[in-house]
Amino acid sequence: MPVDQIVKTVVFVIFTVMTLGGGLGVVVSPRIFHSALFLVLSFAGVVGYYVLLDAGFLAAVQLLIYIGAIAILILFAIMLSRGLMAERQSQSNQQWWIAALVALLIFVVLAAVLWRVDWPVASQQALASPSNAISQEGSQLGRDLLGPYVIPFEVASVLLLVALIGAVILARETES
Amino acid sequence: MDAIVSWLTSLFPHMAAPIARLIVHLVYAAILSFVAPVVVVVAFTYMERKVIARIQDRVGPNRAGPLGLLQGFADAVKMLTKEDITPVGADRIVYNLAPGLAVVGTILVYAVLPVAPGVIGADLNIGILYVVAVGGFGMLAAVMAGWSSNNKYALLSAFRVVAQLIAYEIPMVIAIIMVVLAAGSMQMGQIIDAQNVPFLFTLPVAFFIFFVATIAEIGRSPFDLLEAESEIVAGFHVEYSGFKFALFFIGEYMHLFVGAGLGTTLFLGGWRGPGASEATILGVLLGFVYFLVKTVFLIFLMMWVRGTFPRIRIDHLLDFGWKFLVPVGLLALVAVALVLKLPFLSSSVLKWVGMLVANIVVVVVSLTAVSFAARRSRSVALRGVAGTER
Repeated sequence: MPVDQIVKTVVFVIFTVMTLGGGLGVVVSPRIFHSALFLVLSFAGVVGYYVLLDAGFLAAVQLLIYIGAIAILILFAIMLSRGLMAERQSQSNQQWWIAALVALLIFVVLAAVLWRVDWPVASQQALASPSNAISQEGSQLGRDLLGPYVIPFEVASVLLLVALIGAVILARETES
Repeated sequence: MDAIVSWLTSLFPHMAAPIARLIVHLVYAAILSFVAPVVVVVAFTYMERKVIARIQDRVGPNRAGPLGLLQGFADAVKMLTKEDITPVGADRIVYNLAPGLAVVGTILVYAVLPVAPGVIGADLNIGILYVVAVGGFGMLAAVMAGWSSNNKYALLSAFRVVAQLIAYEIPMVIAIIMVVLAAGSMQMGQIIDAQNVPFLFTLPVAFFIFFVATIAEIGRSPFDLLEAESEIVAGFHVEYSGFKFALFFIGEYMHLFVGAGLGTTLFLGGWRGPGASEATILGVLLGFVYFLVKTVFLIFLMMWVRGTFPRIRIDHLLDFGWKFLVPVGLLALVAVALVLKLPFLSSSVLKWVGMLVANIVVVVVSLTAVSFAARRSRSVALRGVAGTER
């Protein structure tokens, strides 16, 4: 095996340990703040995957949105909740088995999808000139989002807008 | 970078080009992560003390060494000899991770900062997006420090960190998007190349928003709510001492430098100036000097602001971010995007003029709106006092 292959494999294993270990930590750690930090670790592992795949744009966006925004907001929400400084909290309640069942179901569905879909792979030619492929990545993504996928894109934004307005209405003080 | 690589290979003919490149990059990385922090912290703490002292009609440090130049080193020695304290009930792992993360978060940004022609760690084509993305680490470090210290003031500060940084990250990104629109690229090198006229003159609104948001992101006065001594003792790093506190301190000053460096790159044309070019060593050095002069000028502006304005209240801070900077930024963004797409603005000169006009219009509109809103709220308040309302 050439050297860069070995390096890539080792790095891949490290990121996998980060991602899966982080995920495990989220579920089992007794303090909820630690769970949130493990979630950050897990997200960081996924960033590593994108970097390994030469998808720099996606890596930056993953970092920006998942760590910079979502994880921070989760931490913020945890800070506003009760029992933040509590030493030990139970992670589960009586419904844990339902959650486990649903998680297992989702895993089966995702695994089946991953197994069956014939993933499109870039041609060897495109892979041979990686600089070309990388520099096109961002603009291609933009064109796709505003071209063939414009309707899902816009629907997602409308959904976010609805959530935003809903949050404002829920949080607004009732006027007497 | 490439010039140094070719110089190395000509010096040692047996060396392969990739190895020479690797050596150059490793040396550059070592300079950025080991030398730059020390130089930046010592130089800018000294400058800050002198500038603030002059503004307040004092002399500033003048005991250690000529003109007090060695004050920074004396402080560093004092800092390192302090006892390392871990508070009872602190979460040890998170508590010890936080200071390192605070420094790493800012060093990561240095990798894409073009300090001279051709001298840049990695000219990523997503450069500016990368900067925004790794900015989250600083926030994370502050939250971790605040929570793990097991101190209510530190925790309060962590709340403020999140509220403030989220509120000011959005206008900052909007300002950056304007630059990206005008430059047509997110790559640092191309953003600099696009600035035949610095964006400061074509996008003044974006510069203003970026400058204010940068001060807020660094947490400097007047936005130093994170470490307001009179309210929450010293902020999220109240429990840290010795070297761990020094790391937060280093992180803060490196953030200052990187913030001003980004402002230079995005709005003042980076290393551009007469005679700066990638071709010769002299040109590269000249470019580095221009970059430093512009960056230090921006830092001086920030110190000036710090010496002039009082700390603003937390609700005013959030109002200013969400209700003023964000709407003005969005307005300016739409205006700039429209101007850039106007069909009759074909040449780049016309585009610059168009952008400037759009910015001026945005300034006029937003100031008018603010003055109307102020008048209305004042009259409402007066009516409330007079008892005519309710």
